[in-house]
Amino acid sequence: MRPTELKDHQRELYLFQLRVGVAGVAVLIAFALLFARFFQLQVVQHDTYAAKAEDNRISIVPIAPNRGLILDRNGVVLARNYSAYTLEIFPAKVTDLDRTIQELGEVIEVQAKDRARFRKLYAETRNAESLPIRTRLSDEEVARFAANRYRFPGVEIKARLFRQYPFGALASHVIGYIGRINQKDQERLEELEVEANYRGTDFIGKAGVEASYQQELHGTTGFEQVEIDAAGRGIRTLARTPAQAGNNVTLTLDIKLQEVAEAAFGERRGALVAIEPSTGGVLAFVSKPGFDPNLFVDGIDPQSWAELNNSPDRPLNNRAIAGVYPPGSTFKPFMCMAALELGKRNFKSAIHDPGYFEFGGRRFRDSKPGGNGYVDLYRSIVVSSDTYYYQVANDLGIDAIAAFMAKFGFGAKSGIDLEGEASGVLPSPEWKMKRFRRPEQQKWYAGETISIGIGQGYNAYTPLQIALATATLAANGDMYRPHLVSYIDNLRTGERRQIEPVLVKHIPLKPENLEFVKRAMQGVNKEGTGARAFGDAEYTSGGKTGTAQVVGLKQGEKYDEKKVSERHRDHSLFIVFAPVESPRIALMAVVENGGFGARAAAPIARTVLDYYLLGKLPEGLLKPAPDDEEDAESD
Amino acid sequence: MQLADLSPRRIAQRLAVGIDGPLLTLSLALAAIGLATLFSASYENPARVTAQVGNLAVALAAMWLMAQVPPQTLMRFAVPVYLIGLVLLVAVALAGEVVNGARRWLHVGVTRFQPSEMMKLALPMMLAWYFHKYEATLRLRTFALAALLLALPVLLIAREPDLGTAVLVAAAGFYVIFFAGIGWKVLAGLGALGAASLFPLWGMLHDYQRKRILTLLDPSQDPLGAGYHTIQSTIAVGSGGITGKGWLHGTQAHLEFIPERHTDFIFAVYSEEFGLVGNAILLALYTLLVARGLMIAANAATFYARLLAASVTLMFFTYAFVNMGMVSGVLPVVGVPLPFISYGGTALLTLFLGIGILMSVHRHRRLVQT
Repeated sequence: MRPTELKDHQRELYLFQLRVGVAGVAVLIAFALLFARFFQLQVVQHDTYAAKAEDNRISIVPIAPNRGLILDRNGVVLARNYSAYTLEIFPAKVTDLDRTIQELGEVIEVQAKDRARFRKLYAETRNAESLPIRTRLSDEEVARFAANRYRFPGVEIKARLFRQYPFGALASHVIGYIGRINQKDQERLEELEVEANYRGTDFIGKAGVEASYQQELHGTTGFEQVEIDAAGRGIRTLARTPAQAGNNVTLTLDIKLQEVAEAAFGERRGALVAIEPSTGGVLAFVSKPGFDPNLFVDGIDPQSWAELNNSPDRPLNNRAIAGVYPPGSTFKPFMCMAALELGKRNFKSAIHDPGYFEFGGRRFRDSKPGGNGYVDLYRSIVVSSDTYYYQVANDLGIDAIAAFMAKFGFGAKSGIDLEGEASGVLPSPEWKMKRFRRPEQQKWYAGETISIGIGQGYNAYTPLQIALATATLAANGDMYRPHLVSYIDNLRTGERRQIEPVLVKHIPLKPENLEFVKRAMQGVNKEGTGARAFGDAEYTSGGKTGTAQVVGLKQGEKYDEKKVSERHRDHSLFIVFAPVESPRIALMAVVENGGFGARAAAPIARTVLDYYLLGKLPEGLLKPAPDDEEDAESD
Repeated sequence: MQLADLSPRRIAQRLAVGIDGPLLTLSLALAAIGLATLFSASYENPARVTAQVGNLAVALAAMWLMAQVPPQTLMRFAVPVYLIGLVLLVAVALAGEVVNGARRWLHVGVTRFQPSEMMKLALPMMLAWYFHKYEATLRLRTFALAALLLALPVLLIAREPDLGTAVLVAAAGFYVIFFAGIGWKVLAGLGALGAASLFPLWGMLHDYQRKRILTLLDPSQDPLGAGYHTIQSTIAVGSGGITGKGWLHGTQAHLEFIPERHTDFIFAVYSEEFGLVGNAILLALYTLLVARGLMIAANAATFYARLLAASVTLMFFTYAFVNMGMVSGVLPVVGVPLPFISYGGTALLTLFLGIGILMSVHRHRRLVQT
């Protein structure tokens, strides 16, 4: 028995040791497999994982460039940056936004409009890292928050550069404003393939020069390589490529002239564009009412936005390039030029004006009851004879008028360096065909040509177009592309890029015709409808008044200013250039519902010219002329 | 008198009784690596290193005590310890404390502990005792009962849920059954059955356990959630390269990209800083430790000692293998520490108790080779 047991023990031990051997081999194989895995990770795929570790570790933090300044032609700063503290919420790190804002209000004043603005930003801006709840904190507020910071995870104080427009509403439609980059802006940046340069930038030009020169003003984004931990906290800076500030943009605009012009408008609505005829540089550019662009800088609060947007005065509408007006009698010098150039009239062509022009059994009335009597070509401009130009229009025909006026830029975008320019309407049979759908509407009626001659009917042009046509006339047919920017400075290289005047075209006009029309316009300001505003001017000038009907009058109906509501009153227009010998300025002014051109627009033009040519500052606001019937010259 | 002889040399000799040199050297070498890595992983909390040194002292003392207990004496405790463990596991299931969604902890007076941890040693002790008792009559039925003894605690632990510990405890028990001489055919059959039961087992798993397994197959599916651990630890290991980034220079570790970097994922820290060379050294140390353990088991005096020693040895291997496998992204993430290296007093205590058992078995080995 015993040997068997012993043998069993032997066998058992042998069996056990065999299994120990098996286990040992299994362990070796398992460890070898692990080693193979380590080899794969640490040798074969080392580069991949090393790169991943670096990606983990290093975060590229963009440094937003300082936006370039906007200056007027004399170097006065119109848009600048200033540094201020903002209180910012990182929505991703805050669990209960409402509670956080509520509690913040206990430490720092948070007004209802701050809350509303934050809500608006939060809804509009996607994936924003942080959004401001309060801007422009005082030092005391900064200190107070710092002491309570532990209570607000996900809320931080940031020093940011803010855009500031020191002149407020002045020239607001030229300068424009910046706002937060929204989805549409983002898509546009991606289309332009510049979105990388906008990393770290929250703002973009939305209107005016801020928008049209966005690429110049923006600059080049810098980058900082920062070592970060898993929580994304920056540990230290590894490398740094500084940002390059945007270029400074200097305008052709003279802000003092602008101020004079806007003050001359007072509270009245309207527009004014003054152009240097020899370059196309815009000297003054008014669209009234304006708005305070500073409201937009850190996100406009909904209430201010609603006020601006819903105001019947449409302050956000850039009337100078997007508003269209019938030119009224300011169209006559161009009609006169057309008649001369096309040989339909000569200097001596005269009519006897009975106060109306009859065509197809319909009477086209002159604005002067009873007419102006004997009217030759010179007087037709000076006294602004409607009857004369009804006939001229009829004799020229609509096709000739449209072709001639197109040369002066009527009905076409001027190409000014601003966004949102309207084309206006230069009426022609072709235009009507395209504009209307029903066949009876598409047809051009000969009667429609008649009122085109005095700048009414379908005529509708932007103030800029009328100003440009005036400047082109003043420059003897040279049309320079209107532009607001004079030169661009690159601060880093010190390079200055001049925006050279672009001669769009030269309209060949006979010098004697030019001389005649200019003389007639000079007559307007000396002895005609512009004489009251310009008769005593110390310089020579050529002008033309205009009155544009807002509502059509029925046959035989008399316009009575007192009977129509304020918004249905005629627009008052005036074009002028000066000095006549070598014009330095040409401008167009329109006062909405201002009545006769001689009454509202001409005095504004006078004020602007007085300042520009003589340096004469007006005393206070210019008052509209007394409202007497006798004085109601036709224009 | 002998007692009066208190010379340092005499004390050292007295202390060294029953201590196995190779085992002590290997485990201390691993513990030293552990402290160095822990220092790097806990730069923001150096107190942790001090605490671990304290844990190490306690564990070494426990090891020494264990080394003094003959295996025969230890065998007498097998059944009561196992039964107490089982009762405590039931108590956990009924009144345990829930931490992070798992019911693992039991409050005992002022402290709390995980009864599952003691099962890591209690189960192999129990099974070794069981097989020792029925040594002469090992039949299939014997193995079936052994399987039941194994299944009870493992299922209780898995239900907590604590998949990592359940796997370790099951492995420890399985090793005893394996070394007890279960037939290869039976083993193969069980293996096939196990594979077949994977399907219904899948349905029994908790969502997070399933997610971990799915995430293992494709960590990128959930890079910030379940896959984050694996992705970041794999990056750490891979970016370590051949020689590593150098001690205290692991960016993944120091910038806190590695979660649980001082406990279960400490190997990622080590591997990032010491590279493939460091990994090879670590594997070599574990291999030597396992080799020494298996050698001791092969020469053990009794069936009980043999089974216990072999099982404990393979437990070291299992810890190391599962941990390194999960950190390098080839095994699912289960809560298994890296033996002798991960921070934590309980694990260290269990491990050094295991070393103590091996030492005791070695001391009472068969003196005559047959």
